[in-house]
Amino acid sequence: MSAAKTTVIGVFVLIGLICVSYLTIKLGRMEVLGDKGYTVSARFSSVAGLRVGASVEIAGVSVGKVSAIRLDTNDYTAYVDLHINEGVPISEDSMASVKTSGLIGDKYISITPGGAEETLRQGSVISDTEPALDLEALIGKVVFGGV
Amino acid sequence: MNEIRTPIFQLLNRLGDMTLFLAEGFRQIPYSRRLAGKVVQQVYVIGAKSMFVILLIGLFTGLVLGLQAFYAMSMFGAQGMLGSLLALTLIREMAPVLTAVMITARAGSAMTAEIGVMRISDQIDALEVMDIHPIGYLVSPRLLAALITFPLLTSIFTVIGIFGGYLSACVLLSLNEGRYFSGIESSVTLHDIQGCFLKAAVFAVLVILVCCYQGYNAHLRKDGKGAEAVGNATTSAVVMSCVLILMADYVLTSFLL
Repeated sequence: MSAAKTTVIGVFVLIGLICVSYLTIKLGRMEVLGDKGYTVSARFSSVAGLRVGASVEIAGVSVGKVSAIRLDTNDYTAYVDLHINEGVPISEDSMASVKTSGLIGDKYISITPGGAEETLRQGSVISDTEPALDLEALIGKVVFGGV
Repeated sequence: MNEIRTPIFQLLNRLGDMTLFLAEGFRQIPYSRRLAGKVVQQVYVIGAKSMFVILLIGLFTGLVLGLQAFYAMSMFGAQGMLGSLLALTLIREMAPVLTAVMITARAGSAMTAEIGVMRISDQIDALEVMDIHPIGYLVSPRLLAALITFPLLTSIFTVIGIFGGYLSACVLLSLNEGRYFSGIESSVTLHDIQGCFLKAAVFAVLVILVCCYQGYNAHLRKDGKGAEAVGNATTSAVVMSCVLILMADYVLTSFLL
Protein backbone atom coordinates (compact mmCIF):
# COMPACT_ATOMS: atom_id res chain seq x y z
CA MET A 1 0.00 0.00 0.00
CA SER A 2 1.41 3.36 -1.03
CA ALA A 3 2.36 6.01 1.52
CA ALA A 4 -0.14 8.53 0.11
CA LYS A 5 -3.00 6.08 0.58
CA THR A 6 -2.00 5.43 4.18
CA THR A 7 -1.97 9.18 4.82
CA VAL A 8 -5.46 9.55 3.35
CA ILE A 9 -6.75 6.78 5.62
CA GLY A 10 -5.03 8.42 8.59
CA VAL A 11 -6.64 11.79 7.83
CA PHE A 12 -10.05 10.14 7.44
CA VAL A 13 -9.86 8.24 10.72
CA LEU A 14 -8.53 11.30 12.55
CA ILE A 15 -11.35 13.57 11.32
CA GLY A 16 -13.86 10.85 12.13
CA LEU A 17 -12.54 10.41 15.66
CA ILE A 18 -12.54 14.18 16.26
CA CYS A 19 -16.20 14.30 15.23
CA VAL A 20 -17.06 11.28 17.40
CA SER A 21 -15.42 12.84 20.43
CA TYR A 22 -17.11 16.19 19.79
CA LEU A 23 -20.48 14.44 19.69
CA THR A 24 -19.98 12.28 22.76
CA ILE A 25 -18.08 14.64 25.04
CA LYS A 26 -19.39 18.09 24.12
CA LEU A 27 -22.96 17.26 23.12
CA GLY A 28 -23.49 14.02 25.05
CA ARG A 29 -21.83 15.47 28.13
CA MET A 30 -19.96 12.26 28.81
CA GLU A 31 -17.85 12.43 31.96
CA VAL A 32 -14.41 11.36 30.76
CA LEU A 33 -12.09 12.91 33.29
CA GLY A 34 -13.87 11.50 36.33
CA ASP A 35 -16.51 13.11 38.47
CA LYS A 36 -15.15 16.14 40.26
CA GLY A 37 -17.34 17.91 42.76
CA TYR A 38 -19.70 16.67 45.42
CA THR A 39 -23.29 15.56 45.79
CA VAL A 40 -25.79 16.97 48.26
CA SER A 41 -29.44 16.03 48.71
CA ALA A 42 -32.57 18.08 49.17
CA ARG A 43 -36.03 17.03 50.21
CA PHE A 44 -39.01 18.61 48.42
CA SER A 45 -42.74 18.21 48.91
CA SER A 46 -43.13 18.28 45.10
CA VAL A 47 -40.71 18.33 42.16
CA ALA A 48 -43.36 18.09 39.43
CA GLY A 49 -41.73 18.58 36.03
CA LEU A 50 -38.12 18.33 37.24
CA ARG A 51 -35.92 15.91 35.27
CA VAL A 52 -32.60 14.22 35.95
CA GLY A 53 -29.92 16.35 34.24
CA ALA A 54 -31.68 19.65 34.94
CA SER A 55 -29.27 22.39 35.94
CA VAL A 56 -28.59 23.72 39.43
CA GLU A 57 -28.10 27.47 39.47
CA ILE A 58 -26.94 30.10 41.93
CA ALA A 59 -27.73 33.66 40.87
CA GLY A 60 -28.49 32.37 37.37
CA VAL A 61 -25.08 30.71 36.96
CA SER A 62 -25.08 26.96 36.38
CA VAL A 63 -23.07 25.25 39.15
CA GLY A 64 -24.14 21.63 38.75
CA LYS A 65 -26.96 19.33 37.77
CA VAL A 66 -29.63 17.07 39.19
CA SER A 67 -28.14 13.59 39.35
CA ALA A 68 -31.07 11.59 40.77
CA ILE A 69 -34.70 11.97 41.83
CA ARG A 70 -36.36 9.35 44.01
CA LEU A 71 -39.31 9.00 46.35
CA ASP A 72 -38.86 8.66 50.09
CA THR A 73 -41.58 6.16 50.98
CA ASN A 74 -41.53 7.05 54.70
CA ASP A 75 -43.21 10.41 54.31
CA TYR A 76 -43.76 10.49 50.51
CA THR A 77 -41.49 13.41 49.75
CA ALA A 78 -39.22 13.75 46.74
CA TYR A 79 -35.54 13.25 47.42
CA VAL A 80 -33.29 15.01 44.89
CA ASP A 81 -29.53 14.50 44.55
CA LEU A 82 -27.70 17.59 43.35
CA HIS A 83 -24.25 17.23 41.86
CA ILE A 84 -22.36 20.47 42.56
CA ASN A 85 -19.19 21.36 40.66
CA GLU A 86 -15.83 21.46 42.38
CA GLY A 87 -14.88 24.83 43.83
CA VAL A 88 -18.40 26.00 44.61
CA PRO A 89 -18.83 26.02 48.40
CA ILE A 90 -22.44 26.34 49.52
CA SER A 91 -23.26 27.45 53.04
CA GLU A 92 -25.26 25.10 55.22
CA ASP A 93 -28.36 27.28 55.59
CA SER A 94 -28.86 27.78 51.82
CA MET A 95 -32.32 27.35 50.38
CA ALA A 96 -33.07 25.15 47.33
CA SER A 97 -36.14 25.87 45.24
CA VAL A 98 -37.62 24.39 42.06
CA LYS A 99 -37.98 27.16 39.49
CA THR A 100 -39.17 27.36 35.90
CA SER A 101 -37.24 29.17 33.19
CA GLY A 102 -39.86 31.28 31.44
CA LEU A 103 -43.54 30.55 31.62
CA ILE A 104 -43.46 27.10 30.02
CA GLY A 105 -39.71 26.44 30.09
CA ASP A 106 -37.74 23.65 31.74
CA LYS A 107 -37.66 23.21 35.50
CA TYR A 108 -34.37 23.77 37.31
CA ILE A 109 -33.11 24.04 40.88
CA SER A 110 -32.15 27.46 42.16
CA ILE A 111 -30.04 27.72 45.31
CA THR A 112 -30.29 30.89 47.36
CA PRO A 113 -27.07 31.16 49.41
CA GLY A 114 -27.32 31.57 53.15
CA GLY A 115 -24.89 33.23 55.53
CA ALA A 116 -23.60 30.38 57.71
CA GLU A 117 -19.87 29.71 58.05
CA GLU A 118 -20.31 25.94 57.71
CA THR A 119 -20.48 24.65 54.12
CA LEU A 120 -22.27 21.62 52.73
CA ARG A 121 -20.18 18.48 52.22
CA GLN A 122 -20.60 15.29 50.21
CA GLY A 123 -23.87 13.71 51.34
CA SER A 124 -25.24 16.67 53.31
CA VAL A 125 -28.92 17.43 53.17
CA ILE A 126 -30.35 20.86 52.39
CA SER A 127 -33.22 21.25 54.84
CA ASP A 128 -34.67 24.54 53.64
CA THR A 129 -36.51 23.95 50.36
CA GLU A 130 -39.31 25.41 48.29
CA PRO A 131 -41.42 23.08 46.10
CA ALA A 132 -42.29 23.51 42.44
CA LEU A 133 -44.80 26.22 41.73
CA ASP A 134 -48.06 24.57 40.67
CA LEU A 135 -49.08 26.83 37.81
CA GLU A 136 -52.36 24.99 37.14
CA ALA A 137 -53.48 25.38 40.78
CA LEU A 138 -52.52 29.04 40.69
CA ILE A 139 -54.52 29.67 37.50
CA GLY A 140 -57.40 27.77 39.07
CA LYS A 141 -57.30 30.06 42.09
CA VAL A 142 -57.35 33.16 39.89
CA VAL A 143 -60.17 31.84 37.74
CA PHE A 144 -62.37 30.43 40.48
CA GLY A 145 -61.51 32.97 43.14
CA GLY A 146 -59.81 32.40 46.45
CA VAL A 147 -56.70 34.48 45.96
CA MET B 1 -50.95 -24.21 -6.15
CA ASN B 2 -47.39 -24.51 -7.40
CA GLU B 3 -47.50 -20.98 -8.82
CA ILE B 4 -48.07 -19.64 -5.29
CA ARG B 5 -45.79 -22.03 -3.49
CA THR B 6 -42.68 -21.58 -5.60
CA PRO B 7 -42.20 -17.80 -5.08
CA ILE B 8 -42.81 -18.16 -1.33
CA PHE B 9 -40.22 -20.92 -1.10
CA GLN B 10 -37.83 -18.87 -3.19
CA LEU B 11 -38.24 -15.93 -0.82
CA LEU B 12 -37.72 -18.12 2.23
CA ASN B 13 -34.67 -19.72 0.65
CA ARG B 14 -33.25 -16.32 -0.21
CA LEU B 15 -33.78 -15.11 3.38
CA GLY B 16 -32.16 -18.19 4.85
CA ASP B 17 -29.30 -18.01 2.40
CA MET B 18 -28.60 -14.37 3.22
CA THR B 19 -28.66 -15.08 6.96
CA LEU B 20 -26.19 -17.93 6.54
CA PHE B 21 -24.04 -15.72 4.29
CA LEU B 22 -23.91 -13.03 7.00
CA ALA B 23 -23.21 -15.56 9.75
CA GLU B 24 -20.40 -17.06 7.66
CA GLY B 25 -18.98 -13.57 7.10
CA PHE B 26 -18.73 -13.01 10.85
CA ARG B 27 -17.57 -16.57 11.57
CA GLN B 28 -14.69 -16.31 9.09
CA ILE B 29 -13.23 -13.19 10.78
CA PRO B 30 -10.76 -15.08 13.03
CA TYR B 31 -9.74 -17.49 10.22
CA SER B 32 -9.12 -14.89 7.53
CA ARG B 33 -5.40 -14.46 6.88
CA ARG B 34 -3.70 -11.02 6.73
CA LEU B 35 -7.02 -9.52 7.81
CA ALA B 36 -5.65 -6.22 9.11
CA GLY B 37 -4.20 -5.18 5.75
CA LYS B 38 -7.41 -6.03 3.92
CA VAL B 39 -9.50 -4.14 6.48
CA VAL B 40 -7.31 -1.04 6.09
CA GLN B 41 -7.63 -1.30 2.29
CA GLN B 42 -11.43 -1.46 2.64
CA VAL B 43 -11.45 1.43 5.14
CA TYR B 44 -9.73 3.38 2.37
CA VAL B 45 -12.24 2.31 -0.28
CA ILE B 46 -15.42 2.65 1.82
CA GLY B 47 -14.38 5.42 4.17
CA ALA B 48 -11.60 7.69 3.02
CA LYS B 49 -12.79 7.87 -0.59
CA SER B 50 -16.37 8.62 0.54
CA MET B 51 -15.32 11.37 2.92
CA PHE B 52 -15.43 14.20 0.39
CA VAL B 53 -18.95 13.39 -0.81
CA ILE B 54 -20.12 13.01 2.81
CA LEU B 55 -18.65 16.42 3.65
CA LEU B 56 -20.51 18.01 0.72
CA ILE B 57 -23.82 16.26 1.38
CA GLY B 58 -23.61 16.99 5.11
CA LEU B 59 -22.83 20.65 4.56
CA PHE B 60 -25.73 21.20 2.18
CA THR B 61 -28.15 19.16 4.29
CA GLY B 62 -27.31 21.39 7.25
CA LEU B 63 -27.57 24.53 5.13
CA VAL B 64 -31.00 23.70 3.76
CA LEU B 65 -32.30 22.46 7.13
CA GLY B 66 -31.20 25.71 8.74
CA LEU B 67 -32.88 27.75 6.03
CA GLN B 68 -36.17 25.83 6.09
CA ALA B 69 -36.35 25.63 9.87
CA PHE B 70 -35.56 29.33 10.22
CA TYR B 71 -38.48 30.37 8.03
CA ALA B 72 -40.85 27.82 9.56
CA MET B 73 -39.97 28.82 13.12
CA SER B 74 -39.85 32.58 12.61
CA MET B 75 -43.59 32.35 11.90
CA PHE B 76 -44.15 31.97 15.63
CA GLY B 77 -40.94 33.50 16.92
CA ALA B 78 -39.29 30.26 18.03
CA GLN B 79 -35.97 30.64 16.17
CA GLY B 80 -34.21 29.91 19.45
CA MET B 81 -35.29 26.27 19.09
CA LEU B 82 -33.61 26.00 15.67
CA GLY B 83 -30.36 24.63 17.03
CA SER B 84 -31.96 21.80 18.94
CA LEU B 85 -34.33 20.96 16.08
CA LEU B 86 -31.50 20.83 13.59
CA ALA B 87 -29.12 18.84 15.79
CA LEU B 88 -31.75 16.30 16.81
CA THR B 89 -32.94 15.84 13.22
CA LEU B 90 -29.37 15.31 12.06
CA ILE B 91 -28.28 13.02 14.88
CA ARG B 92 -31.41 10.89 15.07
CA GLU B 93 -32.34 10.53 11.39
CA MET B 94 -30.60 12.40 8.63
CA ALA B 95 -26.97 11.58 9.37
CA PRO B 96 -27.19 7.78 9.72
CA VAL B 97 -29.67 7.33 6.84
CA LEU B 98 -28.13 9.71 4.32
CA THR B 99 -24.61 8.48 5.10
CA ALA B 100 -25.67 4.87 4.58
CA VAL B 101 -27.48 5.72 1.32
CA MET B 102 -24.48 7.67 0.02
CA ILE B 103 -22.05 4.89 0.88
CA THR B 104 -24.36 2.39 -0.82
CA ALA B 105 -24.32 4.49 -3.95
CA ARG B 106 -20.58 5.14 -3.88
CA ALA B 107 -18.95 2.06 -2.39
CA GLY B 108 -21.73 -0.54 -2.25
CA SER B 109 -22.38 -0.55 -5.98
CA ALA B 110 -18.66 -0.82 -6.73
CA MET B 111 -18.45 -3.70 -4.26
CA THR B 112 -21.25 -5.63 -5.97
CA ALA B 113 -19.74 -5.04 -9.41
CA GLU B 114 -16.27 -6.10 -8.23
CA ILE B 115 -17.43 -9.31 -6.55
CA GLY B 116 -19.87 -10.00 -9.40
CA VAL B 117 -17.10 -9.79 -12.00
CA MET B 118 -14.93 -12.05 -9.85
CA ARG B 119 -17.81 -14.53 -9.80
CA ILE B 120 -18.57 -14.59 -13.52
CA SER B 121 -14.89 -14.78 -14.44
CA ASP B 122 -14.53 -17.80 -12.09
CA GLN B 123 -12.08 -16.04 -9.76
CA ILE B 124 -14.17 -17.07 -6.74
CA ASP B 125 -13.93 -20.71 -7.81
CA ALA B 126 -10.17 -20.19 -8.13
CA LEU B 127 -10.08 -18.99 -4.52
CA GLU B 128 -11.89 -22.13 -3.43
CA VAL B 129 -9.43 -24.27 -5.40
CA MET B 130 -6.59 -22.55 -3.54
CA ASP B 131 -8.35 -23.41 -0.25
CA ILE B 132 -9.03 -19.74 0.54
CA HIS B 133 -12.51 -19.28 1.91
CA PRO B 134 -14.09 -16.77 -0.51
CA ILE B 135 -16.42 -15.29 2.12
CA GLY B 136 -13.56 -14.90 4.58
CA TYR B 137 -11.48 -13.31 1.81
CA LEU B 138 -14.11 -11.00 0.32
CA VAL B 139 -16.83 -10.36 2.91
CA SER B 140 -15.25 -10.45 6.39
CA PRO B 141 -12.77 -7.57 5.79
CA ARG B 142 -15.55 -5.47 4.26
CA LEU B 143 -17.84 -6.14 7.25
CA LEU B 144 -15.17 -5.05 9.71
CA ALA B 145 -14.20 -2.02 7.64
CA ALA B 146 -17.84 -0.95 7.34
CA LEU B 147 -18.36 -1.31 11.09
CA ILE B 148 -15.41 1.07 11.54
CA THR B 149 -16.23 3.56 8.79
CA PHE B 150 -20.02 3.96 9.02
CA PRO B 151 -20.03 5.45 12.55
CA LEU B 152 -17.04 7.66 11.66
CA LEU B 153 -18.66 8.98 8.49
CA THR B 154 -21.98 9.46 10.29
CA SER B 155 -20.34 11.60 12.94
CA ILE B 156 -18.48 13.61 10.28
CA PHE B 157 -21.84 14.15 8.56
CA THR B 158 -23.46 15.32 11.81
CA VAL B 159 -20.72 17.76 12.75
CA ILE B 160 -20.48 19.26 9.27
CA GLY B 161 -24.30 19.43 9.14
CA ILE B 162 -24.40 21.38 12.41
CA PHE B 163 -21.77 23.68 10.92
CA GLY B 164 -23.90 24.06 7.77
CA GLY B 165 -26.89 25.00 9.89
CA TYR B 166 -24.72 27.55 11.67
CA LEU B 167 -23.70 29.03 8.29
CA SER B 168 -27.22 29.45 6.95
CA ALA B 169 -29.03 30.40 10.18
CA CYS B 170 -26.41 32.44 12.02
CA VAL B 171 -24.19 33.86 9.27
CA LEU B 172 -26.72 34.39 6.48
CA LEU B 173 -29.93 34.95 8.46
CA SER B 174 -28.25 36.50 11.53
CA LEU B 175 -29.66 34.25 14.24
CA ASN B 176 -27.97 34.66 17.61
CA GLU B 177 -25.20 32.06 17.54
CA GLY B 178 -25.18 31.68 21.30
CA ARG B 179 -28.79 30.59 21.19
CA TYR B 180 -28.02 28.21 18.32
CA PHE B 181 -25.19 26.39 20.07
CA SER B 182 -26.70 26.44 23.58
CA GLY B 183 -29.92 25.03 22.07
CA ILE B 184 -27.88 22.16 20.61
CA GLU B 185 -25.97 21.50 23.80
CA SER B 186 -29.03 21.59 26.05
CA SER B 187 -31.19 19.27 23.95
CA VAL B 188 -28.84 16.54 22.69
CA THR B 189 -28.25 13.71 25.15
CA LEU B 190 -25.84 10.81 25.13
CA HIS B 191 -28.81 8.54 24.42
CA ASP B 192 -29.38 10.27 21.06
CA ILE B 193 -25.74 9.82 20.11
CA GLN B 194 -25.72 6.16 21.14
CA GLY B 195 -28.80 5.66 18.97
CA CYS B 196 -27.05 7.38 16.08
CA PHE B 197 -24.04 5.04 16.31
CA LEU B 198 -26.27 1.99 16.74
CA LYS B 199 -28.11 2.91 13.56
CA ALA B 200 -24.83 3.44 11.73
CA ALA B 201 -23.58 0.00 12.79
CA VAL B 202 -26.81 -1.76 11.78
CA PHE B 203 -26.82 0.00 8.40
CA ALA B 204 -23.18 -0.99 7.90
CA VAL B 205 -24.02 -4.68 8.31
CA LEU B 206 -27.10 -4.36 6.07
CA VAL B 207 -25.31 -2.58 3.24
CA ILE B 208 -22.35 -4.95 3.21
CA LEU B 209 -24.61 -8.00 3.45
CA VAL B 210 -26.83 -6.95 0.55
CA CYS B 211 -24.07 -5.67 -1.71
CA CYS B 212 -21.71 -8.61 -1.19
CA TYR B 213 -24.52 -11.15 -1.41
CA GLN B 214 -25.79 -9.78 -4.71
CA GLY B 215 -22.31 -9.78 -6.22
CA TYR B 216 -21.42 -13.18 -4.80
CA ASN B 217 -24.52 -14.78 -6.31
CA ALA B 218 -24.47 -12.88 -9.63
CA HIS B 219 -24.05 -16.17 -11.56
CA LEU B 220 -27.34 -17.54 -10.15
CA ARG B 221 -29.47 -14.69 -11.51
CA LYS B 222 -32.20 -15.64 -13.96
CA ASP B 223 -32.54 -12.19 -15.55
CA GLY B 224 -29.27 -12.25 -17.44
CA LYS B 225 -25.96 -13.95 -18.11
CA GLY B 226 -22.42 -12.73 -17.67
CA ALA B 227 -21.92 -8.98 -17.80
CA GLU B 228 -25.64 -8.32 -17.89
CA ALA B 229 -26.10 -10.29 -14.67
CA VAL B 230 -23.44 -8.16 -12.96
CA GLY B 231 -25.25 -4.99 -14.04
CA ASN B 232 -28.57 -6.29 -12.79
CA ALA B 233 -27.00 -7.45 -9.54
CA THR B 234 -25.59 -3.97 -8.97
CA THR B 235 -28.98 -2.39 -9.59
CA SER B 236 -30.80 -4.69 -7.21
CA ALA B 237 -28.07 -4.33 -4.58
CA VAL B 238 -28.44 -0.53 -4.52
CA VAL B 239 -32.26 -0.60 -4.57
CA MET B 240 -32.48 -3.32 -1.93
CA SER B 241 -29.94 -1.63 0.35
CA CYS B 242 -31.75 1.70 0.21
CA VAL B 243 -35.14 0.12 0.93
CA LEU B 244 -33.73 -1.99 3.76
CA ILE B 245 -31.94 1.03 5.27
CA LEU B 246 -35.18 2.99 5.48
CA MET B 247 -37.15 0.01 6.79
CA ALA B 248 -34.53 -0.77 9.42
CA ASP B 249 -34.48 2.93 10.32
CA TYR B 250 -38.17 2.87 11.16
CA VAL B 251 -37.81 -0.26 13.29
CA LEU B 252 -34.74 1.07 15.11
CA THR B 253 -36.34 4.44 15.75
CA SER B 254 -39.40 2.83 17.27
CA PHE B 255 -37.11 0.85 19.58
CA LEU B 256 -34.95 3.82 20.52
CA LEU B 257 -37.62 6.42 21.21
